[in-house]
Amino acid sequence: MTRTATQRGEDNRLARVLVVDDERPMRRLLRVVLAGEGYEVLEAEDASTAVRTAAADRPDAIILDLGLPDGDGIEVIERVREWSAVPIIVLSVRDQEREKIRALDAGADDYLTKPFGTGELLARLRAALRRIVRTADEPVVTLGDLAVDVVRRRVTVRGQEVHLTSTEYTLLKTLAVNAGKVMTHRQLLRAVWGPGYEDAVHLLRVNMSNLRRKIEPDPVKPCYLITEPGVGYRLREAPQTGQ
Amino acid sequence: MERDERPNTEDLLEAAQMEEEARHRGRLKIFFGYAAGVGKTYAMLEAARQRKNEGADVVVGYVETHGRKETEALLDGLEIIPRRRVPYRNVALEEMDLDAILERRPELVLVDELAHTNAPGSRHLKRYQDVEELLSAGIHVYTTLNVQHLESFNDVVAQITGIRVRETVPDRIFDKADEIELIDLPPEELLQRLKEGKVYIPEQAERAIRKFFRPGNLLALRELALRRTAQRVDRQMRAYMVTHGIPGPWPAAERVLVCLGPTPMAEQLVRTAHRLAAHLDAEWFALHVDTPADRERPPAEQDLVRRALRLAEELGGKAVTVPGLDVAAEIIHYAKAHNITKIVLGKSPGSRWREVLRTSIVDHILQHSDHVDVHIISARGDAFRRTRWRVGRTSGTLRGVLAGSALVAAVTVAGHLALGHIVPVNLVMFYLLAVVIAGLCWGQASAVVASLLGVLAFDYFFVPPRLSFGVSDAQYLITFAGLLTVALTVGSLTGRLREQVELARQRERENAMVYDLTRALVAAQTVDEIARIVVRELERSGWQAAVLLPDGGALRAVTASPGLHLDDKENAAANWTYRYGQPSGRGEKTLPGTRARYLPLRGGKGVLGTLAVAGVGEAEIQSPGHRRVLDALAAQVATAIERAQLAEEARRAQLASEAERLYAILLNSVSHDLRTPLATIIGALSALTRAKHTPADPEWSELLETAREEADRLNRLVGNLLDITRLQAGRPQLLLDWCDLEDVVSHALEQMTPYLKDRPVRVLSDAGLPLVRADQGLMTQVLINLLDNAAKYSPPGSPIEISLRKGNGEVHVQIADRGQGIPEQHRERVFEKFYRVEQPGSPPGTGLGLAICKTAVEAHGGHIWLEPRPRGGTVVTFSLPAARGKEVEQGDDTHGDSAG
Repeated sequence: MTRTATQRGEDNRLARVLVVDDERPMRRLLRVVLAGEGYEVLEAEDASTAVRTAAADRPDAIILDLGLPDGDGIEVIERVREWSAVPIIVLSVRDQEREKIRALDAGADDYLTKPFGTGELLARLRAALRRIVRTADEPVVTLGDLAVDVVRRRVTVRGQEVHLTSTEYTLLKTLAVNAGKVMTHRQLLRAVWGPGYEDAVHLLRVNMSNLRRKIEPDPVKPCYLITEPGVGYRLREAPQTGQ
Repeated sequence: MERDERPNTEDLLEAAQMEEEARHRGRLKIFFGYAAGVGKTYAMLEAARQRKNEGADVVVGYVETHGRKETEALLDGLEIIPRRRVPYRNVALEEMDLDAILERRPELVLVDELAHTNAPGSRHLKRYQDVEELLSAGIHVYTTLNVQHLESFNDVVAQITGIRVRETVPDRIFDKADEIELIDLPPEELLQRLKEGKVYIPEQAERAIRKFFRPGNLLALRELALRRTAQRVDRQMRAYMVTHGIPGPWPAAERVLVCLGPTPMAEQLVRTAHRLAAHLDAEWFALHVDTPADRERPPAEQDLVRRALRLAEELGGKAVTVPGLDVAAEIIHYAKAHNITKIVLGKSPGSRWREVLRTSIVDHILQHSDHVDVHIISARGDAFRRTRWRVGRTSGTLRGVLAGSALVAAVTVAGHLALGHIVPVNLVMFYLLAVVIAGLCWGQASAVVASLLGVLAFDYFFVPPRLSFGVSDAQYLITFAGLLTVALTVGSLTGRLREQVELARQRERENAMVYDLTRALVAAQTVDEIARIVVRELERSGWQAAVLLPDGGALRAVTASPGLHLDDKENAAANWTYRYGQPSGRGEKTLPGTRARYLPLRGGKGVLGTLAVAGVGEAEIQSPGHRRVLDALAAQVATAIERAQLAEEARRAQLASEAERLYAILLNSVSHDLRTPLATIIGALSALTRAKHTPADPEWSELLETAREEADRLNRLVGNLLDITRLQAGRPQLLLDWCDLEDVVSHALEQMTPYLKDRPVRVLSDAGLPLVRADQGLMTQVLINLLDNAAKYSPPGSPIEISLRKGNGEVHVQIADRGQGIPEQHRERVFEKFYRVEQPGSPPGTGLGLAICKTAVEAHGGHIWLEPRPRGGTVVTFSLPAARGKEVEQGDDTHGDSAG
């Protein structure tokens, strides 16, 4: 990974990250870790400050805790989403799937439960920042040995073309465009099958299982298509293909 | 006549209920004939053999072959349940062994002679009750029956043959039977068989039976049997039409009421009413108005009414006793309140003299019956053996008459002494006073006697010429007439008043008892308390009592009077009452040999338990009043118990929700207060491990790694505590969705990668594994816990095998290791919270992992268990129900529209 590319915001300044957490030790940890990686760090300790700072200082990404003294983090997501597509990574002790789905459906890009490894957090942050660039102008999404050519509707694994049904292709494309981001079942079903199919999780399971068989080197230990139990799927951005 | 166009919902509901009931009940088939020797037993055995050949489990409960060769041959090869020997006086009687059959639980049992009366000491008085018990246990029954044993034909058969049959079967048994097979044989052939000695005839009754088998009798009986069978077929047809909504000529709902008094014709009236009701297909009621006078009758007379009421119940009528003074008024009141369309009354020849004195009951009813038809039945001569009546009453009445006479005498003496001071006419007032007192104190008879004596005494002693019955002044005749009229009227009124007071007192005693109990029960909070109060209140009446409630399946006495010892026999009756919701024991038809009477405590949702009452006097135990009081008491107790149980349930629910709330608070605080600092610690440690400026000292990084691992362990412990709390706080909230177990396994494996570093892990999966409905996060947690255990309890480097198998509507997930295994005695208990197998060298743990797995799997309707693995190790298997119905479609477009 070339660091300079990822730490630059849209206007080529240092990427600015807003950390929202009511716990001072946690803010301090995040500040140290993020600053050490070359990010500019903004801090907020409650929901209202978070929304204000997000509006005033235009951060490139937000790391958000859900349990805030003056409100729920979900409200912050909803209010920020009214006017901004800034990547939001939720970092919470709440490990219930319900909470994750709620946050992701409200518009969060990713969800990490505390305690977390800083390496994982940084990887997710990088992915979130890169996604903004990619959606705009990347015709081919390449992830390790997997390449998805969005323009020509072509999928290759290690250079070999893979034949997919149109449903499988749409599913893979949706995940590829959002590579690294957790897509909830609802989001995927709506994107691939259309409105009205949001509860047909079994369709998703079956197609995902077929898709894995076609693109994973070992479908039992998938390295691209990662399951987020009870929440959804994620296409791993930096797959360890073992080669 | 008005006609209902369609069956109403009640009919349909009843039909549905009966169908539902029938599904669990055994089926009853009756081989029905018109006389002994037509071949019922033979036909039954033949049918049974055929069923057996078809593979049914058939046993013989009781079959009487009377030594006939052909019949005995048919028994060959059928399993026979040995009969029970009942010692009775000096002989041993053989009876069907009901308990042995219930124990054996065959599919079909043969029970000959349905009308048989069991030997004393048997559970039921009659064999048909045994059969009912077999049916409700779900066992099919084949049985035999002759037409003369049908209750409603008892009179008719007696008239035809001149022999009254004592062993009868209620018609409802016949009507409710699932199948009737009429076994018919022309009378000539039957007589031929009789001549050839092919019909069994007991020696001691040979003459009577020979008389019975006359061609005329046989023809009449045959007609009865054929008609009865046809009537049943007709009913079945109607029942079919009701359930299938076929419009038919539904007759208007008729309701027949028969009124019973303590006369020998009561039973005849009941049978007549039953036939009338059956003919009209009507509901019917047998009513007895219980007057104070009835209570003073000798037991023999009271028994007439009881027997008749019981008969009515057996014939399918509703037996009702209401207390009252004016019989006619009560009857009219009841008829109006219950929409009776026909009233059946008896007219006894002996009561004519009373009709002269006052309007007869019959006349009164006729006057006030409005639209109700009244059928008046006269007594059959032969049945009307008039019992010597009012024998028992004489003593009380005699005392009253004597006392009344004494009063009159006293007035006469006093009048004689005061004669100089008052005019004789004024003495009339004193005589009237005497009549009133006699009436008030000793009743009507005493008042009437006092008034007659008073007139005579006044005439004899005070009206000139004195000391003679002659009257010199005709004026006095007016005085006599006035005195007599007034005295009779007043006497009658006061007498009635007294009776009314008596009746009121009796009712009050009954009510007071129920009231006292109700009041005492108001304060009771728990079922135990209620039971104690009930027993105490009943003991106050000089009885013994017990309250029996189910406790883990068996009925247990919650409280019992010290003198009431509930042995096996008593318990059997109590259990029977609890099971069938019918009273039993002393004074009842079922198990009358017990010390106590058992009444069901019927609540809104079924029988709650049994109330036992003992120590009641013999006379009282038979009286309808006593039974009424007990019924009322039982109803009160049942209501109280139900209330207490509901309150207890509500309290428990409240406690549970309270606990749930507490758990939630604890959960939040634990998750926040413990996890938040842990998150910072782990985050900081992970940052340090990967920091670029870490000194390259290997000890340093080892220390960091240890700190990180321990922090992770602490985190897992907190996680486990949270999981178990969440799962066990009331109902775990599952986020059910379609899950691919292969996916779950691979995710769990990924999470466990650091702990399975050096182990070969093999995953075997059946092709076409169905999806399951499950909480994916929770299932992942289960697998992680199981993998963690497998890794912890097996030597490093040993393989772990995971297999996913389908079959039998379930998916089985197995995790097998090559550890040292779990000793048998621990295999169940390791699933308990905080239970750990202490073995030398076992790694530290909390003993929560498997408890979480068990709770989670069971919340999904699955099971989890441990088995030793052949050649060492442990296999943990859990099953989950596979997704049913929704055959999971493969991709919605399989035509291979590939990208490109």
